[in-house]
Amino acid sequence: MIGRGHPWLSLAPALGVIAVLFGGGLALGLAGSFGMGRGGASLEAWIAVLSEGRVWRSLGLSLWIAFASTALSCVIGLGAALLLRRRFPGQGLARLLFQINLTIPHAVGALGILWLLSQSGFVARLSAGAGLIDGPAGFPALTQDRFAIGIIAHYVWKEVPFIGLILLANMQSLGDDPESAARSLGASPFAAMRLVLLPLLMPALIRAGAIVFAFSFGAWEVPVLLGQSAPTALPVLAWQRFTDPDLAARPEAMALAMLIALVSAVLIRAAFAGRNR
Amino acid sequence: MSPRLRILLGLALIAALVAPLLPLALWSVARGWFFPQILPANWTIEPWMQAFAPRSEIPGALATTTLIALAAAALALALGIPAGRALGLYRFRGKALVELALLAPVIVPGIAVGLGIHGVFLRLGLTNSVPGVVLVHLVPTLPYVIFVMSGVFANYDAEAEAQARSLGARPLQVLWHVMLPAIAPGIVVAGLFAFLVSWSQYILTLTIGGGRVVTLPLLLYAQAGAGRNDQAGVLAMLSLGPGLVILALVARQLTGRGMAIGGTR
Repeated sequence: MIGRGHPWLSLAPALGVIAVLFGGGLALGLAGSFGMGRGGASLEAWIAVLSEGRVWRSLGLSLWIAFASTALSCVIGLGAALLLRRRFPGQGLARLLFQINLTIPHAVGALGILWLLSQSGFVARLSAGAGLIDGPAGFPALTQDRFAIGIIAHYVWKEVPFIGLILLANMQSLGDDPESAARSLGASPFAAMRLVLLPLLMPALIRAGAIVFAFSFGAWEVPVLLGQSAPTALPVLAWQRFTDPDLAARPEAMALAMLIALVSAVLIRAAFAGRNR
Repeated sequence: MSPRLRILLGLALIAALVAPLLPLALWSVARGWFFPQILPANWTIEPWMQAFAPRSEIPGALATTTLIALAAAALALALGIPAGRALGLYRFRGKALVELALLAPVIVPGIAVGLGIHGVFLRLGLTNSVPGVVLVHLVPTLPYVIFVMSGVFANYDAEAEAQARSLGARPLQVLWHVMLPAIAPGIVVAGLFAFLVSWSQYILTLTIGGGRVVTLPLLLYAQAGAGRNDQAGVLAMLSLGPGLVILALVARQLTGRGMAIGGTR
């Protein structure tokens, strides 16, 4: 640490840009949701949005997608990290694939999942080849389906490596000592993992999980491709209102955007509140 | 866990990771590959020839995406290196709040701020333009660069600067001969990943570019939506390019602190 000079001068340009773009974007979105800029302020858009059943169904769907994706990604990611920390044939390849997966744009992965899991997709063709189904209709609807299975499958595919790599990095810096100590005191391997390693990994897992939750809750390009047409995920609904030819729908789009921002803000607060403790 | 079970689970993991990429890769070298064919009946490089034919939109989108990502990464570095230095080297009042303000854009979804930013840019005449898209890409890329660089500066010995100064070096000389060599590897990593984050953007590009600025992810969905699966396959393969190149360059750093704020989103 050096104490000389002032950090604010170096921070100012970056903070300024974030304030204008991010802060300005949020402020104008909020103002727009109150219909400001088109004469006066009103709660009309908020009342319309909050009293609309479709909005609540979309919110519920997005929360389901985020919860399911985060839970599955955390559990499988933890399992994958435990698997990949010991040497075995194929370990290097799996780690490399984890890293490659992180660099793949979501749009590419989502299209891959569509062509993999749709009723005429790759898995359906393998099933037909094996004689399990007669035609596309015999294959269960895994994409654009009621339960958002395709969407969740995409997020799990994309986020397991993200969580796995973060946990692997944490395990590496923790070393084997905590677990070895527990083992030498008579703990079984599973007990050492559950009672010693897992609590040490928890802070990193919670933060990574929060990032996954926020992303799977608020991303647009994945549900727009892999989701059913009604109800749509909340971001898709917001975009539909935003691009509605009827300009009166604009304030409603802004209110939906603010709703999405609100959920992620609550999440940041919950996950990062104690980060300096 | 028995070694055999470990290998079996490892294989399942590898298969699951590769699976979604398979149909994308196959479509890029197939003609008329439909149900129930498991593998294409006709293998051909025709999709790639078409993708780079004179009337194709793909070369233009490739150039636009690259240009935007280069500009966004350069801008993010110019703004993010000083900020990262401040966060990595100094302790000051309000630091936690500044960190939170700089981290928030990574977590708050693009569509939540994008619609409002559209309003800002509309007033500034920046919508439907490449400069506007470059600027909006700072929202996801800048926090990334700042956090990578603050990690780099946290391990940087600023005493060397004082020593150089006391030996008569001018501030710019110190910057060039002392600081830059020490943080160069960090700059490369931050810049490459900022490039990748911009390269992967969808909704911010669509919101601000208004469909006029066509990048690879946008064209990917357009082609798939138009039933041109072969062209979408080529676009998907092209989209993987920078990530693979960057990995080959910096594979070792990837598990570090930078990744901890969110991968390429």
